[in-house]
Amino acid sequence: MSDATATLTAPRRALTGRLKAALVLFVLFALMPPLAAALNDPFYVLIGTRILAFAIAAMALDLILGYGAMVSFGHAAYLGFGTYAVAILASWGVNDLVLQILAAIAISAIFALVTGAISLRTKGVYFIMITLAFGQMAFFFFISLSAYGGDDGVALMQRSTVLGMDLLKSDFGLYYTTLAILVALFVLCHRIVGSRFGRVLTGIRENPTRMEAIGYSPFRYQLTAFVISGCITAVAGVMLANQAQFVSPAFMSWHRSGELIVMVVLGGVGTLAGPIAGAVAALLLEEWLGALSEHWKLFFGVFLVLMVLFSPRGITGLLEKAGIARRQE
Amino acid sequence: MTSLTVRNLTKSFGALKVTDDVSLAVEPGEIHAIIGPNGAGKTTLISQLSGQLGSDGGSVSLGDRDITRLSMPDRVKLGLARSFQITSVLPGFTTLENVALAVQAREGSSFRFFGTVAREEALNRAALKALAEAGLDHRADVLAKSLSHGEHRRLELAIALATEPSVLLLDEPLAGVGGEDAETFVANLQRLKGRFTMVLIEHDMDAVFQLADRVSVLVYGRIIATGTPQAIRSDPQVRAAYLGEEEEAA
Ligand SMILES: Nc1ncnc2c1ncn2[C@@H]1O[C@H](COP(=O)(O)OP(=O)(O)OP(=O)(O)O)[C@@H](O)[C@H]1O
Ligand SMILES: [Mg+2]
Repeated sequence: MSDATATLTAPRRALTGRLKAALVLFVLFALMPPLAAALNDPFYVLIGTRILAFAIAAMALDLILGYGAMVSFGHAAYLGFGTYAVAILASWGVNDLVLQILAAIAISAIFALVTGAISLRTKGVYFIMITLAFGQMAFFFFISLSAYGGDDGVALMQRSTVLGMDLLKSDFGLYYTTLAILVALFVLCHRIVGSRFGRVLTGIRENPTRMEAIGYSPFRYQLTAFVISGCITAVAGVMLANQAQFVSPAFMSWHRSGELIVMVVLGGVGTLAGPIAGAVAALLLEEWLGALSEHWKLFFGVFLVLMVLFSPRGITGLLEKAGIARRQE
Repeated sequence: MTSLTVRNLTKSFGALKVTDDVSLAVEPGEIHAIIGPNGAGKTTLISQLSGQLGSDGGSVSLGDRDITRLSMPDRVKLGLARSFQITSVLPGFTTLENVALAVQAREGSSFRFFGTVAREEALNRAALKALAEAGLDHRADVLAKSLSHGEHRRLELAIALATEPSVLLLDEPLAGVGGEDAETFVANLQRLKGRFTMVLIEHDMDAVFQLADRVSVLVYGRIIATGTPQAIRSDPQVRAAYLGEEEEAA
């Protein structure tokens, strides 16, 4: 008999490999603002904050897409709940980030619970379509919200305060706060993936019939993961509103939902760190290609096709091929 | 009291009656084999008993509890487990993890989000024990997709064992396992005999006559005979419908 305590199994080794990849990413993120300042290009700090916020959302989507095989095409709705939580609470004079985050999480949890419970009755492409439909419902709800600018959205007068402190006033403060939240949420997701719950979720992805045959009802685990993912995405929305200082339904259009999926696939599904890198790659490409040509979406499309052809496992797959990250076998 | 009672169970796929008024009383601790030609409806019956497939009519009781309307996970929690004729495991999980998940299902909550499950000694130890009973503990750290066919069959058994069933439904555990491997497998099953009740579907007649206390013969969805292996072997109706073919083919 082998030792029951010393089972550092193959997938676990891949997991610790990914922990290292995430650590490298976070160090690079931390070094970016001083670098931008040295290059006299502080504008990058604001773009950086946007990237970090999307990284949170992409990672949250990966939790259900990568680990639960639930392809949500309506995740931008949660970004929207986060941004509007800031706008609406601010209009009531509530500027505290913590309260705004709690409100965003509460509304997202309810929306995810209801729409998830309905969506999970379907599978595959139907699940994609129905989550898209719910996402569009949320989108049109905020378009009709004329008190907050309807289609045009509404500008924010000031950034949120953190427990009375003006932590987010400077772009640096906002950047590092967002980074701290990303790191904290990454640790949370990483723990979840390695927990009892995470193992059940991954098992359901691999073979739901087998899981039922040993006593698990997939639905309740999938729904729980769906809700957690929605709530984390809402936090990304809160930070995004502070970055843009502007809130509109555009944050929750189906294009955004599609972009989130692209980030996850680009980075490598089911890796957590991958989609963070995917968010960086997608948004930087958007910046650069957008500056080069107005047809940048075409180039981006070509890039995506090449990526899928040559590295179906995304950036993570590329790194594995280069021997930097460890393969899962 | 019988372990598993099946009364007048039926199931049709369109016009095809696959389970036709099946009644069975499986006694505690016995190995009750169900034999029958290909397409007789054996797997369908197991799927109905396990709750994977709904029934058109009839009832199933585990002990004195009617489980006809329960889902497969709920039946498993009451102690009714099954194995699959076509191996159905988690390919990207290690052998140990496949079994540990079954241990986790019966032991405590799976709504734990923080502790590292891979480090839970109690789970791993129970999983290793089930693997040892199926003769697969030496392959604990291998990914399930890298196992050989024979090892897959053992993993199927180990996972079922780890649910700690009171009644275990085995759908052709020896499918595709030959020679010496089959012998050790039968010996493994023999050691488990008496610990729980088993319903054993098997084409390997040597295995059936070695293991079974009683045998039921299923032909076109109907049970045409039930009895001791000796009685079944010499039943003229059975010989005509089933065993005869086997011997001619051999
Ligand atoms: N889901 C289904 N839909 C339609 N017909 C089915 C379905 N499942 C099984 N059948 C049919 O029901 C009959 C019984 O199938 P079943 O798999 O239960 O037989 P079996 O006795 O297990 O056969 P084998 O010895 O080959 O495993 C077969 O004719 C099969 O084609
Ligand atoms: Mg069969």
